[in-house]
Amino acid sequence: MAPKQRNAAAPSSTAAAGPSPAATATPSSPSSPAAVPKSAIAKTTHAGSIQSWDKIVNNVLTHYLDTTPQRTKLLDAFMAFLVAVGALQFLYCILAGNYPFNAFLSGFSATVGQFVLTASLRIQTTEANKGDFPSVSPERAFADYVVCSLILHFFCVNFIN
Amino acid sequence: MSADPLQGLASVGKGQSTRSLLRVIILALIAGAAISSRLFSVIRFESIIHEFDPWFNFRATKYLVANGFYNFWDWFDDRTWHPLGRVTGGTLYPGLMVTSGVIYHALRALTIPVDIRNICVLLAPGFSGLTAWAAYLLTNEMTPSSSAGLLAALFMGIAPGYISRSVAGSYDNEAIAIFLLVFTFYLWIKALKQGSMLWGALCALFYGYMVASWGGYAFITCLLPLHAFVLICMGRYGTRLYVAYTTWYALGTLASMQIPFVGFLPVKTSEHMPALGIFGFLQLLAFLDYVRSAIPSRQFQTFLWLFAGGTFGLGLLGLVIATSAGFIAPWSGRFYSLWDTGYAKIHIPIIASVSEHQPTAWPAFFFDLNMLIWLFPVGVYLCFQQLADEHVFIVVYALFGSYFAGVMVRLMLTLTPVVCVAAAMAVSALLDTYLSAKSPEPQEAQAAESSEGKKATKSGLRSTSKPVVGVYGLWGKSMMVSALAVYLLVFVLHCTWVTSNAYSSPSVVLASRMPDGSQHIIDDYREAYQWLRQNTHEDAKIMSWWDYGYQIGGMADRPTLVDNNTWNNTHIATVGKAMSSREEVSYPIMRQHEVDYVLVVFGGLLGYSGDDINKFLWMVRIAEGIWPDEVSERAFFTPRGEYRVDGEATETMKNSLMYKMSYYNYNNLFPPGQAVDRMRGARLPEVGPTLNTLEEAFTSENWIIRIYKVKDLDNLGRDHASAAAFDRGHKKKKVTKKRGPRVLRVD
Repeated sequence: MAPKQRNAAAPSSTAAAGPSPAATATPSSPSSPAAVPKSAIAKTTHAGSIQSWDKIVNNVLTHYLDTTPQRTKLLDAFMAFLVAVGALQFLYCILAGNYPFNAFLSGFSATVGQFVLTASLRIQTTEANKGDFPSVSPERAFADYVVCSLILHFFCVNFIN
Repeated sequence: MSADPLQGLASVGKGQSTRSLLRVIILALIAGAAISSRLFSVIRFESIIHEFDPWFNFRATKYLVANGFYNFWDWFDDRTWHPLGRVTGGTLYPGLMVTSGVIYHALRALTIPVDIRNICVLLAPGFSGLTAWAAYLLTNEMTPSSSAGLLAALFMGIAPGYISRSVAGSYDNEAIAIFLLVFTFYLWIKALKQGSMLWGALCALFYGYMVASWGGYAFITCLLPLHAFVLICMGRYGTRLYVAYTTWYALGTLASMQIPFVGFLPVKTSEHMPALGIFGFLQLLAFLDYVRSAIPSRQFQTFLWLFAGGTFGLGLLGLVIATSAGFIAPWSGRFYSLWDTGYAKIHIPIIASVSEHQPTAWPAFFFDLNMLIWLFPVGVYLCFQQLADEHVFIVVYALFGSYFAGVMVRLMLTLTPVVCVAAAMAVSALLDTYLSAKSPEPQEAQAAESSEGKKATKSGLRSTSKPVVGVYGLWGKSMMVSALAVYLLVFVLHCTWVTSNAYSSPSVVLASRMPDGSQHIIDDYREAYQWLRQNTHEDAKIMSWWDYGYQIGGMADRPTLVDNNTWNNTHIATVGKAMSSREEVSYPIMRQHEVDYVLVVFGGLLGYSGDDINKFLWMVRIAEGIWPDEVSERAFFTPRGEYRVDGEATETMKNSLMYKMSYYNYNNLFPPGQAVDRMRGARLPEVGPTLNTLEEAFTSENWIIRIYKVKDLDNLGRDHASAAAFDRGHKKKKVTKKRGPRVLRVD
């Protein structure tokens, strides 16, 4: 794990030294061992917080793209969609008022609840977490997910008025 | 009944199936004991609904059974809170009524004709059997020893702290709520241990059922987040916690909002905010957890500071804005009274006037829990020794529950389950230690000692690292076990005694002893309500203090002004003012509210303590809260600060409607000058009070209930005082005296 982290840290520091801290460079150049001391120097310079912030984001992105299986990415896309929908509803609530409060609440909590359930499914199906859930196989997790979603949407539809 | 035979039997049955069969039989027996110990009141009196609130629940259940679910949901009740009415369907917890309605229809479908009243009377004992089972399940999650679960079921089944609210006929929300409470906790522990969405969803469903049944659901709403928070603070955040908590919260909050009475409260009031806060906090933690696995720790620290700082700032800003803009309601009065026991007395007399909202006196703990109260800390200590996630729950619940049980008498009910679980763990740990007859061989012990010896030098305490130190003599063991058995037997005796003597009175029907020892039933309440039902018009409005509103609605089927729902303080204060003012003030109030009859409860003849004169000061206080200029509590006390009803009573007291109605004609029972109020031990003045605007309509056999009819306006346009004086045969001269200075011109 350690060399990988160092590798991941390297390109971002070089990118930060340049004029445009673009995230496009991250997946392409994972090998530049000479940059390791350089990153330490870069940290000492001022405006370091923004640079390290970029670095962190880049690292997380790299890690994500490298280690996440395709199916989990699908789940993540769904979660991102839910976040977008929830944010949209919240924005509407702020801008246009919450008049049918039932409707707003059930819509918003449908997105939040679905997000949470999807996150739970994602956690339970991730390989790294297998030790935490000895009694939950991925199939069981999916069945649970379906049942919980049904309950959630039953309540939402009942509450929407 | 003690645990000894259970243990003995369990060790006889070695096979797995024998054991589980035994367990089922024992659980069934415990459920049977739990049910039958609650039947004292049915056997002694009859199958009758008790007290006050159950009468409303009973009436609502009858309405549900008669009119169907949808009508019940939209029920607007114009026969209470006259002339306001009450949106009953939207202001009650429907769980209890729906449960008994379902049982009723299920039995009907099985062609078992059963009266709805009997279902209502026996619902609480039936559910107590289920509660015992739920306590068994919950305890089994805590400890591998299965005897602990059985003991917990037994304790739960017969502990007076729970029986107090679940005897037969006590058809109240708590009857099913305690089962739901314990079962929800069991499901929560299960969800937390397995990290399973399904268990979390089940927990949420039962939480929803709980919300539908009892206002005490806020206890769960606060306890589960607290447990999660403590786990997080102990550094035990894990993916299982995330899955269990978020599933419960997302589904459970939605489920709770389906109840019209709860509605938007979960997103608006502060009581529900901790749950929401922990929910948000867990999202952050899950995200941070993921990020930590993705980047090196040094970068993670920077990230953490930036991220946490930003989030905290945003959250604080949001909270300030939301509170100042009024999106989140401030804490409610009942909540404040949980922290400051004096708060309610000062600010909200209507909460303080209910006896079950008073702080608990310490003997009550021993009375309600007996030996469990000193086994309880041992069980909590045992939890500390293992301290897995579920044990943290017991510890948190114990602290939380003990505090609230100390603040309010009725919250003893929420403490009882955790006391039973902890005490069962303690007793079973003792029994498991002392009941195993085998002692280790000396060589074995030595070998174990030598192997342990090396480790012992490293770890501090010698005794903790040497498992073979202990009592192995049969004599000592049997002493210990028999002492414990005696305690358990005494516990059973105590529980039965408390149940039979303290908690089995219906309080609608009173019992007393005749000189020869036979039982004498005092049935004044039902006598009076029956009189109302048969002799008054169907829409005759009855004014009484709010305690009797539900009973009048349930037994007499007459509209009332105020009842035990107490949703409108001003309306109650109006009644209080009418009761505590002079007749000239009260009469217009009663006319405005179309009162036909006034009902008072008077215990002076019988020495019955729960009467209206004893409650009178609360009426005065509540009225004073709204009309401080017209009603003053001080005026009801003598200059020496005494509350008296005899000849020394203040003029305000003597002229108040309540005093007059209570003692009207009372001195006719006694020889002249010898009238005595047996409740307060006071000798009453020779001349009783006169009533001008009311006439006595009914007085029950033992004078407990007195009903007065409000007179109509006088036919000749006189005021009531002069009309009554005329009827009594006074000369008109007295009337002219009363007229006052002559008015020359009236504009």
